[in-house]
Amino acid sequence: MNQVIRVQQLSKDFGDIKAVRDLSFSVGEGQVYGFLGQNGAGKSTTIRMLLTLIEPSSGTIEIFGMNLKKHRKEILRRTGAIIEKPDLYKYLTAKENLRIFSRLSGVKVPDKKIMDQLALVGLAERADSKVKTYSQGMKQRLGLATALVHDPALILLDEPTNGLDPQGIADMRNLILHLSRDLGKTLLVSSHLLSEMEMVADHMLIIHKGKKVVEGRVTELLNPEQSIVELLTPDIPATLVFLRQSGWAATLKELVNGTIRLEFNKQQIPELNRQLVEKGIPVLSLRPLNSLEDYFLSLTKE
Amino acid sequence: MFIELLKIELYKIFKRPRTFIAFGAIAVIILLVQFALKVNGKDFVQFYTDSQADTFDIPYEKILNGYFVCVAVLHMILIHVPLLVALIAGDMISGEASLGTLRLLAGKPVTRTQLLMAKFSASTVYVTLLLAWMALFALLGSLLIFGTEDLVVFKETDLHIIKAGDVIWRFFAAFVFAALALTTIAAMALMFSVFSENSLGPIVATVCVVIVFTIVQQLRVPVFEETVNPWSFTTHMLGWKGFFYVEKNAEGATITGSIENPAALLRSGLILTGYIALFLGISIRSFNKKDILS
Repeated sequence: MNQVIRVQQLSKDFGDIKAVRDLSFSVGEGQVYGFLGQNGAGKSTTIRMLLTLIEPSSGTIEIFGMNLKKHRKEILRRTGAIIEKPDLYKYLTAKENLRIFSRLSGVKVPDKKIMDQLALVGLAERADSKVKTYSQGMKQRLGLATALVHDPALILLDEPTNGLDPQGIADMRNLILHLSRDLGKTLLVSSHLLSEMEMVADHMLIIHKGKKVVEGRVTELLNPEQSIVELLTPDIPATLVFLRQSGWAATLKELVNGTIRLEFNKQQIPELNRQLVEKGIPVLSLRPLNSLEDYFLSLTKE
Repeated sequence: MFIELLKIELYKIFKRPRTFIAFGAIAVIILLVQFALKVNGKDFVQFYTDSQADTFDIPYEKILNGYFVCVAVLHMILIHVPLLVALIAGDMISGEASLGTLRLLAGKPVTRTQLLMAKFSASTVYVTLLLAWMALFALLGSLLIFGTEDLVVFKETDLHIIKAGDVIWRFFAAFVFAALALTTIAAMALMFSVFSENSLGPIVATVCVVIVFTIVQQLRVPVFEETVNPWSFTTHMLGWKGFFYVEKNAEGATITGSIENPAALLRSGLILTGYIALFLGISIRSFNKKDILS
């Protein structure tokens, strides 16, 4: 698979604040690449660096096999993006906004295609309304239309579901899948809505405090051989003594908010449960953290 | 691509209602001044001719013609137009930042220098149209209301009389010079705009700088007269007046087609051009290095 984005050792400092640190990742052609992290993790900063809005402190970015610094224009011509809340020109209509942004991308898009794009995001009926009359959700969808109007091969979406209602979130999810599966676009989608990412992304990277925590296929990350298993018990001291003196010592990871976290193959959960009960240790719960949300929290928890 | 960018910028400027505030304000002010001079013009002329009234029989009706009124209008309003220019140019970058569209623009396949130059050029077009509008109202309107005669211009205690046939080119030149002066204001407002993420800051900063330098100029303090004023852009912005001061021969008669001090006009023009280059240079350098976080 061709690599569309290749980032190596990317860092960005704002004074003493290290927003992104030694970040490396690559996005293959046709992938929906989830870029996950809490607010302030460095997602937007990274996407802004991919769009040359922010100058990296160090590191290299290659897109479509070209160095971003040297081939900025060629790359951006084939890239569409929405960054956070896409507030467009409020005093212009949706159609006028799309016309402007397509021309800025070096393409004169005919009115029919502009209307097709608006129909794609469900705004055809409001094409001639001024953007100031739009709801936040409508602006978000119009923002997506501006990112797509020049038919880019790479689409960068920074928190695309922000401000959308549940139906809007579902529509956005379907649109992302349509762009990827039916039109063969490559998408990098940042979000903190992990459940949404789980449904659309085939690869993902989790970033925390500017550093990569983990990267890989979503299916592999969600079903690792070694799972983080959370043990909840009212008698933590006795449990810890038992675990350290038994064969489970090597699986002990950490103590978080009154729960003990261990790392082992989740097939062994019944065996651990049996041993704990045999030792008279009460078990309130013993479960693997296997949703993306749990996995994310387990990786980024302080 | 630059032409396309310029077209987009002009489209955005003229789609905003606030753009037309300046055109409306200029029309209203000019009409008010014309009305005032029509009703009470003799007192206005007397104010300037008081010292000569005992010596000469002043032909008030002839002096108060369309050309004279147009010069009077320019004296009164050109000093205030920088505010109207700042209103548009000061919003060029900062307005996009506060609107959240700067990141969309800067992420497109155009260089930031192209983007900035397109915005500057659009501001210049706006300034030119504003002056053309002013010319239309101030010159054509005054000629229609007050008619044509020789133009009398007062310069401190001196008096310059310009033949009616020698006037029109001077107005044209004065408007071109005023366009250069106002473009300097537009370049300064644009520069402040690069450093700000709200619209108000650059507009207020521009107006403040103009006010401060105008006051320094009017104070006529020797130390400022020797150091600041010869280089202050507000001094040279008034250079347009020079087109209405004519050379006189040995008999004291004005020489048709002449300018009293063309070297001073040229110097003022060059200094203003230098300021535009300086402000644009700072803007381009800063804008290219700027991390767009808005």
